[in-house]
Parts: sequence; structure tokens; C-alpha cells
Amino acid sequence: MARKVSLFVPCFVDQLLPQVAVDTVKVLRRAGCEVDFPQDQTCCGQPAFNSGYWNDARPCAERFLRVFSDAESIVCPSGSCTTMVRVFYPELLIDSPARAEAVALGQRTFELSEFLVKVMGVTDLGATFPHSVTYHASCHGLRELKLREEPLQLLAKVKGLKLVEMAHFDECCGFGGTFATKFGDISVAMGESKVDYVTKSGAEYVTAIDPSCLMHVEGVLGRRKSPTRTIHLASILASQG
Amino acid sequence: MSTAAQQFLRDAAQKSADLVHREIIRKNMESYDSAHLRGRSRFQDWESARRRCQEIKREAINHLDKYLLQFEEKVTARGGHVLWAETSEQACEYIAAVAQRHHVKTIVKSKSMVTEEIRLAPALEKLGIHVWETDLGEYIVQLRNEPPYHIVTPAMHLNRQQIAELFREKLNEPNLSEDPQELVKAARRKMRKEFFAAEMGISGANFLVADAGVVAINTNEGNGRLSTSVPRVHIAVTGIEKMIPRLEDLATLWPVLATSGTGQPITTYATMIGGPRRPGEADGPEEFHVVLVDNGRSRLVAHPDEREVLHCIRCGACLNICPVYRQIGGHTYGTTYPGPIGSVLTPHLRGKEFEHLSYASSLCGACTSVCPVRIDLHHHLLHNRRDFVQEHDTKFSERMAFRFWRTAMQYPSLYAFGGVVARRAMRLLYAMGLAGSVLDPARKWNSRRAPMPMPSKSFRAQWRKGLGR
Repeated sequence: MARKVSLFVPCFVDQLLPQVAVDTVKVLRRAGCEVDFPQDQTCCGQPAFNSGYWNDARPCAERFLRVFSDAESIVCPSGSCTTMVRVFYPELLIDSPARAEAVALGQRTFELSEFLVKVMGVTDLGATFPHSVTYHASCHGLRELKLREEPLQLLAKVKGLKLVEMAHFDECCGFGGTFATKFGDISVAMGESKVDYVTKSGAEYVTAIDPSCLMHVEGVLGRRKSPTRTIHLASILASQG
Repeated sequence: MSTAAQQFLRDAAQKSADLVHREIIRKNMESYDSAHLRGRSRFQDWESARRRCQEIKREAINHLDKYLLQFEEKVTARGGHVLWAETSEQACEYIAAVAQRHHVKTIVKSKSMVTEEIRLAPALEKLGIHVWETDLGEYIVQLRNEPPYHIVTPAMHLNRQQIAELFREKLNEPNLSEDPQELVKAARRKMRKEFFAAEMGISGANFLVADAGVVAINTNEGNGRLSTSVPRVHIAVTGIEKMIPRLEDLATLWPVLATSGTGQPITTYATMIGGPRRPGEADGPEEFHVVLVDNGRSRLVAHPDEREVLHCIRCGACLNICPVYRQIGGHTYGTTYPGPIGSVLTPHLRGKEFEHLSYASSLCGACTSVCPVRIDLHHHLLHNRRDFVQEHDTKFSERMAFRFWRTAMQYPSLYAFGGVVARRAMRLLYAMGLAGSVLDPARKWNSRRAPMPMPSKSFRAQWRKGLGR
């Protein structure tokens, strides 16, 4: 019987980067999952939480728990939004009766590469992507969810893909949510450092598990008129040449 | 916005665009990175060493009252003096009074961030006392009339050409080359004279050891030893959080501090001082004082969630790895303690004037991953933000924006409709070539980057149109 998966699509992916979610659906279906998208979902609450507005973030968390209460597995193509649910909901809801439920739900919520490798036990999704690619380790995935190898294991099985390592692959790209606009000069300077490393690697594409990092890096690359492009891991895995 | 916040934004804009600065820091940090990596590999189990250090500091801070008294008792029994200074002013007044009693004209000072925090040097200079920094990096920034750029390597922002130029001018050595050996020799020639002229030495402390009642000082240049043993009077100035329970704790803390600070197995000089010179001893001061500075720290002790911020041993590892610090450098923070630990600590010590620092982070967590005493630095930034929003009036427009946002997120159809309208409007704006202009609501993003994508269809629309089957 196919494994049932509920898709958690971060709000900015839904609105600004829908292809990432479309490709996530393709990849999950190819892995043999039955995919559902609970249409009552909105935002996980991270922007308010990170800005200190925990009272405004809490209703979002409570809503998320309601929308996904029946889900067997929740899969999200973002390490950061997965972190919000698994790591920060229990803290945000520390005095709420919903806390135990939040802890349990966090254990059923997975970032895409984590879900494929750790839960489904697959690394080869039959993808073909004949390009050189460098991998940026997004902070929340790496340091909060401890996802170091999973994305690389998936990339290693993509036909035609040449993986090249960049220096400081685990240094923050400078996105940081509202930080990107509150401290735009610092954010862009960090993005430029990142883009220097990307460019020096010589890769045609830079990939990551977090669409937000890629949107920021794409913005910096675009302003430089660089030929290097960004691509989300899900889109590489969905690609068939 | 506070004046400090405005200044921060201005300096950050300037520094983050300064490519020469970016290159100097990148080069210095890369050599630190490899030394740090080499240093950690010398440990059989670095993670266990970190956990041990965390436990030692947790014990010390949780029982700080007991250990401070134990420390004081040991020091006074040997004839030393201990002052409990609640504020910077009390600390400075006490030190000034001791200096005046001994008719001090010259003070040699080894490295101490706490003396920067309490603004000791200006207070003493006002009384006509010369204060000479004797740590080479500190000496360089003193000659430049600058505060330290970094808590461990104060002159990290300078290359040797700049230092040679400075020495040629300020030390009256016009023929000095850029050879580091020669530069060090020139500084030493000047400093030696001051060491032997000084009537008083001032040091900081890396650790206060409760059971032994000693101040432990680590240096690499030997200036700490000279400053504390040659002059007649020695005053150690330190924050109360430097406490550790037992002498044997140094066996773990010393190598961990040195590794995190510079990648060394241990610092070149490790000195322990517990009182004035005793009969039969060859050197040491006639008078020994320890000034224990609180200056807001006990407020943090009272805060069980945030108390561990006081575990910091000031190694500088979080500054070195911080991508924000790497872009904007130490001076931009406008605080004694820059970088992640400074951004966590300063709003507690100096209040809401510095709250912007809690927000000046992408929350990447690199700092937490290297902290040798495992302080959960980036999560403390989140706590600072939470507490600030709860305790203070934030900007009205921001409060309203989040309230509105929260309401919209409770109604999926409102959220979806809002998305359609906003994207349509933005696509129109892009088509008119106005991306990033003053009319662009996303200009804070778009003016600095290529415009963010604005697709015609959201994912949920595509799902409904057939993707969901």
C-alpha cells in the first residue's frame, strides 16, 4: 500500500516559487507515495516567531496542528519551515495544552531529502540532470535538523550530474527571513560572499534544500548578471534530462 | 530607532561594501579556521571536552554566590584586597583611589575587555595617569585611538603595511620595515621602558578559581606576567562570571580556551596569582587587588533561561565563524563585546538602546556550533527578541503589520485571495519597469537584488487545476 504523505508547502513557495512544490509532488509520487495537499494550510508562523512576535505566531502554530492533525507523514521542501514545526513549535507552545501534540507532530514532519532517505529508504529516484552542480548547506537543515549527508546521497544518484564542492559550503547565504530586509546591506554582502564561492566552484547550478536561500542567492546572482543559476533539490530530482 | 541602531546601520552599510576590509578579514579568518581545525583534532574527543566545560561553567554560575565568597576569603587571607563593584563607576573610582594613594604616574595594562567595558583608561587618563596597553594588538589600536576590533585579536582588521606605517609615525622609527619580527622588536623597545617605569599594573582575568583563590591569566606575549609582577601594585579587574569552582578545572578549560581562541594547544604563558608578594618570594607586587565587576551581570543570573550567557569564556570563536561579523567587522557593533556573544549580551547589560543587535543576525547558528561552553547563542537571540517585543513598545506599524498578517493567516481564502491580488499588482509593477523603485512595496528586497519571482499561478491554484488529480 502506498504511503500517504501530506504536503506542507511553505507560504512563500506557494506564492512565489510554486515549481518547487510541483516538483516535490512529482518526486514523492515517483517514490511511491500518495500525496495530499491540505488546502487549509497557510503560513507556519516563522516570520512572526523570528521577529519576536510569539503571540502572533502562536495562532498559526495552533492552526497548523489542526490542519495536519490526521496526517501520517508531513513532508516539506524546506529545512527552515520543517525546523519551525519540529524544533520551535514545542517552545512556542510551552504553556499551551497543545504542546504534547506539537511534539508528536514534529516527529511526523520531515524535510523532503530527510523523508526520502531516512523514512522511505530511497536515494535513487531515476533522475537525470546532465550539469555540474554545487551544494549549499542551508543553516536550518544543517544545524537544527542535522541534515548533512541526505541531500548529497540523493544528488550522488542523479545521472549525468557532476557534483563540485565549493569552499565554505556551510556558511550562511545571508537570507535569514526578515533579516534580509531589515539589514539588507549585511544580507547582500553575505550573499555576495556566498556567490563568490559558488562562482569559484565553476558549477553551472547551485542547489540547496531551502528555497528561501536560493531565492536570495538567485537575486544576488541576477544582479551580477552571472550565468550561474539556482535550482532546488526537488527540481533536480524531478528532472529527467 | 535608537541612535545606536542608526549608527549601526550606517556603519554596517559602509563596512559591508568595503572590499579591502572584506579581503583582510577573509584572509585572517581562513588562517584561524585551519588553526582551529588542527587544534580540535588534537583532542581525543572535542565534543566531550565542550560538554565538560559547559558543566564546569554551569556549576560555577549556578552557585556563583558561594564561589565568589570562597574566592574572596582565600585572597584576603593572603593579604589581597577584593572590591565588589556593582557599577563601572564604583570600579573606576576604587582603582583611581588606589592609584592616587600610591602617586601613580604610569600604568602598564595587559589585555582586559572588562576594563574596556567600564571605560577605565579614560577615567585614569583624566587624572593625568598614563595607561599603556602592553598586549601588542591592544597597543596597536591604542596608538590608532581605536577600540579593540576583536576580543582576542584586537588589531585583526589591519595588515602589516598599515601597522608598519603606524609605528614609523607614532614610535618615531622612520626606517622600520614591514617585517613582523622588526615590528615586534620596535614595540618591545618602547614597552620595556614603560614596564620598568610603571608603579602600577592592571590585568584582566581569564578565570577566577574559587577553591584556590587565584586569578588565572593567559597570554602569548609574556606581557601579562610583566604587568602583574614588576610594578609595586597589581589590580586584576574582572567580571564576576569568570568564576570556576576548582583548580583542576583548568586542565580542561585552558586547552579548550586556547584551541577556540587561536588554535594553540595552550597559551604560551599561563599565570596564577593569589595575593601580594610574600616574604622570601623573588618577585610580585607589594599590593594586590581584585575588582569584581557586576555591571548588570547579576540581573542575568536572576534570569534562569538566559543565565548561561554568563558561561562565556571570551574565546572569540563565535566572532570568527560569524558570517555577519565577517562582513561588518568588530567596530560596527559599537559595543565592547562584538559578534554573536555581544549581540546576545549587550542588550542585557546596556538595555534597549542595543536591542537592534538581537535582530542583526540571520540566525544561522554557526556560533552555537563552535561555542566551547555550548551556549545556545542563536536561540538566545530569539529569546531576546521575544522579551523585547513583550516588554517594550515596538514600532506601531510593525505591530499592526503582524496583527494583520496573523488575521489573514487564519483564513485560507483570504490568504489565497490576497496572494492573487498582490502577485497581479506586482506583475503589473514589474511590467512597468518599476521593480525596486520607491513605488515597489518589495523595494527593500528588490532594490538590492534581481527582482523576486512573481508567478502568475500559485501552487494551490495549480493543485486545484489538476495537479491534485
